[in-house]
Amino acid sequence: MPMLGSSASTLPRPKPCLESYARSQAVKSNRRPNLSSKSAQSPPCSKIRDYPLAISTALYQGEPVAAIVAESPSLAEDAAELIQVEYESLEPVLDAEQALEDKSILHQEMGTNKVWNGVFEYGDVDKSFQEAAYVVHIDRLHFHRFSSTPLENNVVIAEWNPKDDHIYYSCNNSFPSFAIQFLAAHLTVHIDRIRVQTADIGGSFGIKITNYPQMAVCALASKKSGGRPIKWVETRSEHMTSSAHGNERTFRDTRVALDKDGVITAIASRHIDDCGAYPRYEPLGCVIWSQVFPGVYQFKNARIDFTQAVTNKCPVGPNRGYSRMQHLWFLERVVDICAHEIGIPADEMRLRNYIQPEEFPYTTPNGCVYDSGNYPKMLEIAKQLIGWDGWKKKQAELRKEGRLIGIGIGTTLDSGTNNFGQSQIVNPGAPFSGNSQGANCKLDIYGEVVVAVGSCPQGQGHETTAAQVVADVLSISPDLISVRTGFDTERNVHTGFSGTYASQFAVSGLSAVHGAAQKLKTEMKRLAAFVLETKEDDLEFSTGAQGPEVRANSTGKSINYWGLANIVNVNSAVLPPELHEITLNCRYIWRAPFKVPDKQKKYGNLTLTYASQLHIAVVEVDRETFIPKILDYVAVDDCGTVINPPIVEGQVYGATAHGIGAALLENCVYDAVGNMLTSTFSDYTPITALNMPTVRYGHIETPSPHSYSGAKGMGEGGAAPIHTISAALQDALFSNGIIIEDSFNNADTLFRAVVGREIYQADKLVKLDRRV
Amino acid sequence: MPETIERVPIKLKVNGKSRAVSVEPRTLLVELLREGLDLTGTHVGCDTTYCGACTVLMNGAAVKSCTIYAVQADDAEIVTVEGLEIDGQLHPIQKAFGESYGLQCGYCTPGLLLSTYQLLSSNKQPNDKEIRKAIAGNTCRCTGYQNIFKAIRLAAQNTKGT
Ligand code: FES
Ligand code: FES
Repeated sequence: MPMLGSSASTLPRPKPCLESYARSQAVKSNRRPNLSSKSAQSPPCSKIRDYPLAISTALYQGEPVAAIVAESPSLAEDAAELIQVEYESLEPVLDAEQALEDKSILHQEMGTNKVWNGVFEYGDVDKSFQEAAYVVHIDRLHFHRFSSTPLENNVVIAEWNPKDDHIYYSCNNSFPSFAIQFLAAHLTVHIDRIRVQTADIGGSFGIKITNYPQMAVCALASKKSGGRPIKWVETRSEHMTSSAHGNERTFRDTRVALDKDGVITAIASRHIDDCGAYPRYEPLGCVIWSQVFPGVYQFKNARIDFTQAVTNKCPVGPNRGYSRMQHLWFLERVVDICAHEIGIPADEMRLRNYIQPEEFPYTTPNGCVYDSGNYPKMLEIAKQLIGWDGWKKKQAELRKEGRLIGIGIGTTLDSGTNNFGQSQIVNPGAPFSGNSQGANCKLDIYGEVVVAVGSCPQGQGHETTAAQVVADVLSISPDLISVRTGFDTERNVHTGFSGTYASQFAVSGLSAVHGAAQKLKTEMKRLAAFVLETKEDDLEFSTGAQGPEVRANSTGKSINYWGLANIVNVNSAVLPPELHEITLNCRYIWRAPFKVPDKQKKYGNLTLTYASQLHIAVVEVDRETFIPKILDYVAVDDCGTVINPPIVEGQVYGATAHGIGAALLENCVYDAVGNMLTSTFSDYTPITALNMPTVRYGHIETPSPHSYSGAKGMGEGGAAPIHTISAALQDALFSNGIIIEDSFNNADTLFRAVVGREIYQADKLVKLDRRV
Repeated sequence: MPETIERVPIKLKVNGKSRAVSVEPRTLLVELLREGLDLTGTHVGCDTTYCGACTVLMNGAAVKSCTIYAVQADDAEIVTVEGLEIDGQLHPIQKAFGESYGLQCGYCTPGLLLSTYQLLSSNKQPNDKEIRKAIAGNTCRCTGYQNIFKAIRLAAQNTKGT
């Protein structure tokens, strides 16, 4: 199969002089697909022309400028070497705050680097500050750029059949129903002409949602080749430099009002988000964070001025914990810093500020409804698990020896099942709202139970849990159920929201499966009642000598699934007309009970379920090397009713590893001119078995009233370790006059803070205004 | 770049079967296995000898096949994940990974199975530190390693005395 290779820009913002080379042969058609979308983006960023290959100016290192089709990857690489591009270097913009000065503009057609700005204001902020007993000012906090880097890179095979303009994709995109909405518009083909299939996917963590630019190039290359299938296998360096990173965010001029007991009454702050060179899934992140507006805390008054800017870095994508983790990290930093400033222990500070268990369902200041939770209980369990008192004692002793030991708490939320209506808060014209998922449950001709879902799992156990749900409905063993996962447009079970993302399968996917199974059961009952000449309420679903069956309690007569399927599919003359509507092939679309949020007030329920995580870490900063080392770690989780405990536990461990990696090892670093310095795994250093601590796991269950099973989505884990490790490092270093200003910390940053005194200096960053 | 690319004949044994192939000198072992021999269970995650998704056994030692030229495997005996099963049954190490939820997406798993295989061939009862060290070159992005540690402990138990 011909392979696609690409030549990527090697300088930030290079201007190709040999334009004819730089333009891809594949896209040299009259229809150059522009990937920005009027429906996804509002002015001014809808003016951006986002081509899958750069046209005249490349905006970040790694941006593809040419595509080559060859018979093998090595030949494609040889050919790529023949492409000579002379770049003229322009002034790079690498910091979002600097970008907002608009001195060097990335997208001339937009005329500014500002993608979006909006103020989220609730309650009476000014009054709260007037009445505050304490006001804490925090000058700057910064959440770094990282990516959860799935182990399998992006892969696309595209085949554009010239006879009927049908495009077939086999790929690992993890939100295909979204991708086809972009692709159909920009390849100007009917959406029904695009078939997307996914098989097993080697991890995504949201990063594979945005590989549709490459999907577009492959399709066009196939078209140009007369319909041959074209395959693109991303290299790791391509992945690191040009697939997607998580959003980077800077928090400026934060002011926190507290009462005399240390209860936070208001927060005012300015947040600046960096979305890289092109807003692709963005500016959605400008509102997604507000799903967890107050985090786990009770404060009612807040004003957050939120701005997003483009910079000469890789575009961002919805990385695990998307947009919420940045905000939750910010809130946890605020809580720890305020606690320290006014002299309240970190655990006590949280207990005074948590939303209390009896307050659920709890409506946040911006109208989100937290379904259930018990944060104080989770704290209690986590403290027990880690041996809080013991560690406190040990910490005090070791501190006397000069050792830098910190104990940190991170409380966080994993909001699942989005209300896509929130997109209208950033783009009033967006034609999206609600959320839905489709499933199909049928008895096939020989009576096999087959379930299909519109998700594309990457090891989250969709097959297992979907089988469990259907088995429960039909009272049979899960082993008897075939689950068809992996997305396929031609299975006709998807909606425009189908895919695997945003912590929602347990709610949206399984609700769809449950609905389809119920529908099937209802039909089976009607049919069995006819065949067994009894009433529906006389019937029992069970497994007999001839496999799964429906039995009449009154007569003991039964019919197995083969018998039922036989009548409907190949023996239909025995069916009376009133039963002709029975198909035993039941499609069900589950729809989340959402309303469109109030766009002006930025008010409404944005997510259906709120799983919570409470982590505690004990961390030591080595006095000689400044290497931070985790001495102990516990993770307590609450995702409502647990459908499959080992799967939940596995997700918790996985998300914990991502968070620990992000906090201590994984950082997308750019130099002063925009070269990415971490473009291989050897430089980026994803967490390994050697630096992953043993995690002790605990959990509670507060069933969600918002899902049929009481379960909540929980795949993202709220990035709890990032908050927790920052808190532990903070605890270790408060007495050294240090404020943990950044979410990423390693020996270098800690050395520069503690010894060099260059960064993180508390006297420059934090000010307490004490009014009592 | 030369007009025609030279090819080198090599012989090797893969999963017990003798193979004679001719490869370009630059062909990596992983490319030969995946593209040439259709053994796609061996994966590529990084190309820089970090992730171990490409781990295979070469003459009994776990090696990263993305960092070995196919010509270096001339006369070698290679075992890939496809060669682990015994009489159509999953190898006890594979079973242990399944039972312990030691995989999610499974992309890292073939490499981890072979690193585990090598570990347990020389150390029947590895302690936690030895387990961590043995798989330090195998990146898993999904599981957070905890269940992989469990799987390897279980595999050690199940293969004791074999
Ligand atoms: S692909 Fe060989 S080590 Fe990563
Ligand atoms: S299970 Fe996905 S990388 Fe290990």
